[in-house]
This record gives sequence, C-alpha cells and structure tokens, in this order.
Amino acid sequence: MSVVAHQTDEELPAWSLSASAGDSIHLPSVWPERVTREWAFGDATGAGVRVCVLDSGIELDHPLVGEVQRSVAVVKEGDEIDVVDDDEGDLCGHGTACAGIIRSLAPECELTSVRVLGAGYTGSAPVLLAGLEWAIDEGFDIVNMSLSTTKTQYVDRLHALADRAYFKRTMLIASAHNMPVESFPWRFASVVSVGSHESTDPFALYANPNPPVEFFARGLNVDVAWLGGETINATGNSFATPHVAGLCALVLGKHPKLTPFQLKSVLHLTATNVGESA
Amino acid sequence: MSDLRAAVAAGVFGTDEAFRALLQSTVETARAIFHAKASSAFLLDEETDELVFEAVAGEGADTLVGRRFPSSTGVAGWVLVTRQPLVVDDLSKDTRFSRDAAASTGYVPRGLMAAPLLVEDRALGVLEVLDRPAATPFTLAEMDLLGLFANQAAIALDLLQRARRAQAALGGHGELEALGRFAALERLLG
Repeated sequence: MSVVAHQTDEELPAWSLSASAGDSIHLPSVWPERVTREWAFGDATGAGVRVCVLDSGIELDHPLVGEVQRSVAVVKEGDEIDVVDDDEGDLCGHGTACAGIIRSLAPECELTSVRVLGAGYTGSAPVLLAGLEWAIDEGFDIVNMSLSTTKTQYVDRLHALADRAYFKRTMLIASAHNMPVESFPWRFASVVSVGSHESTDPFALYANPNPPVEFFARGLNVDVAWLGGETINATGNSFATPHVAGLCALVLGKHPKLTPFQLKSVLHLTATNVGESA
Repeated sequence: MSDLRAAVAAGVFGTDEAFRALLQSTVETARAIFHAKASSAFLLDEETDELVFEAVAGEGADTLVGRRFPSSTGVAGWVLVTRQPLVVDDLSKDTRFSRDAAASTGYVPRGLMAAPLLVEDRALGVLEVLDRPAATPFTLAEMDLLGLFANQAAIALDLLQRARRAQAALGGHGELEALGRFAALERLLG
C-alpha cells in the first residue's frame, strides 16, 4: 500500500475549506498500520527519482558515481548570475563524494550536478541561492545541500526558497553545523537537517529529539569517491547528508507521491532509534 | 587632545604583532593537541578573492606565510565557501591536489582537517591541521575539538584584521605612529 496524494482535474480549495468541500479533497490512500523500513524502502532502488547535488561539481565517469544526467555550473560575471552547462567536473572532490554516497544507497536514481563553487568567495552566497532556485524550478525530487551560508542578508531569500521547495515537493536535505554557528538553510523547518553519528552502518539513521539538527546519519570515516576516479576516507556532516538524500531517494522511488512533510515523517518513523525499529 | 591621540595610537600600533602571535599560538597548540605534522590559518583577502597563509606551525612554517591561492578551489576553498568543516585522509591519491600542493608548498599531506573561521556572519578564513597520526581512527570528538580551535583562531584573526584596518586608517600620520610605537616599546620595557 502506498500513500497517494489527491489527483484530480477538479479545481481544489486552496485558501479555505467550505463545509461541503471536505469530500472533494478526500485522500484515497492511508498510511499502513505500521510504517516499517520494509514498507518504506524494501527492495527499492531509487529508480525514477531525480536527485540534484548542489556542490563543487561531480567528476564524470567516476566508477562509484556512474551516469550523471546533467551537469550545470552557476557562474557570476559582475552582477550577472547565469546557470550554464558545465564540463569542468569537480573543483574539489567533495561533490563527487556526495554523489557517490547517494549512488551507493540508491543505485538507480538520476543524478544532476549543480556546481556552485568556483565563482570566488564574494560570489558564493548569491551563487548558492541561484543554484538552489534553478534546482527548485527544475522540479528535482531531492536536493542535496552539504553546504551552508552564514550571511544574514541572504537568510530571508533562502528561507523563502526553502519553503517554496517544500510546497513544490522538492525535499532539501541540508548539512547541519557541528559548531554553535548561525548558518542556513539547515536551521529551517522546511528542510531535513543532518548531523553525523559514529556508526559504520550506511542505513543507520537516528531521529534527534532535540532539534534543530533533526537526524544523524553516517558521517565518520566514510570511504568516498574523490577526484581522479579515486576513493578517500572522509569525515563531516557533508557526508552524512547524502546518506539521508540516498535514503529519501529509495523511499520516493517506492512511494513517488509523498510530500516533503510525509517523507520527513517516514524518516522519523523508520529511524533506528524510534519505536518498533529501535 | 594630544593625550587622547597618543592613547589611540598606543592602542593601535604594535597590536598586530600581538594578535599575530595569538594566531600563531593557536595553530601551534592545535598542531600539538592533534599530534599533527603541521597546522595553518588562512586569511581571506576579499579584495583579491584569495586565501593567504597567515600563520603556520610545523611543516612549511619558514616558507609559507604570505603565500596565496584562489578562495574557492581545493578543500580549503570548499570549506570557506560552504562554511562546513571537513576531514579527509589519503589525499595523496588525489593527483590534482598533490600536484598543486607540491608545486606551491613542496609538501603533500596525506590527510587534512579543515574548518571555517567564522565571526558573526562573516567567514574570515580557514584553519587546517595536516597529517594527524593515521594509526588512530578519527572521532567526532576530534571534530568538535577542531571547531573549538577554529573559534579561537577566528577571534585572533578578527582582532588582527581590526588592528590592521585601524593602522591603515592612522597611516601617514608619522607623528601618531611614532607616539604609538614609543608607547608599545614602553609597554615592552615595563
């Protein structure tokens, strides 16, 4: 049984609900009696799920990453910011690492790279925002953001973008800070924020009863894809985040109509430390 | 009025050396605590969009201070731009990194830990710790420790930048500088 959102050509109430309109938004499916990992992503591959990696780029032809559907870069010239097709690959290795982790969990998902690195430090926040806006407009199911900004003048716009993604069914998965720093977008409730645990199990996911960090995933001593077709060992919330993005790709592959609200609930209900799963 | 000017000058000139010493002490302590081969603090030069070696302990201490590289490439650039700390091992396998590092510093680290230097909403630079012992696996407690050192280095770097700006603002006032330097000397001599 899957959770299926309402699908109809009728005009639906958007801003209020009249007494007689309740039936018109009846949702035909229900949650199963118990949401288990088997129900959530058993036998799932992530097929049909479009995942965007907003990062330093992805190295093409890396054996641990496989096919990359599309690569674009956000470039800044003067005050002009454009999104252009990109063949520079990865400027650091980090985006390739994130893509490899997502691929390892969801082998059949579609991967797209949005490179937001390379425009210099001063261009970094506007470039990040432009990349995120592009990804939301493209309608990706999942956007992996192993990055953040501290620049407060961009917080309102970033917040609006995160909320737009949430209502457009694009789930943003964002790295939390492991220092007491005011950075964004991971602090927003409309994204899934991720910190690290020390387990080696890529499927171990802990729901945090004390947010704003909402989930902990594998982020310590992870063997990750890196430049030159290589693998290195790395640590950081950056690498915990794509573990959750991969899990989400599995869940959405099996239950494609889930909203971000429902998807986050599935993550919670199937977390290693929650209820029957514990 | 001249007393006030002398006091301001005394508070400004000579302080950059003290803050640079604080930053140097932070990287030396970080290197010692992590039993690492080297540790560096990079300052972001916003005008040129470059990271500059500002303090170095261990490997490269004699040669690297003042060296520059682009602010948004490599691991340090990624950490600066994304505000996320990062630890990577086996960097020698990353041929591009090894080539660049060897060309610019003559030293190719096996692994590095890097954290952004943040003060309020600004990223001032990056702290790196190179080649901690490979035999002991990295822990999240060490990641937290790296964050604490980064915080300390960020405060030192902030003070250093403020001192330099103040000096630049007072620059050209030879008389003030002389007063300030004299006051700094008096402080030294007790």
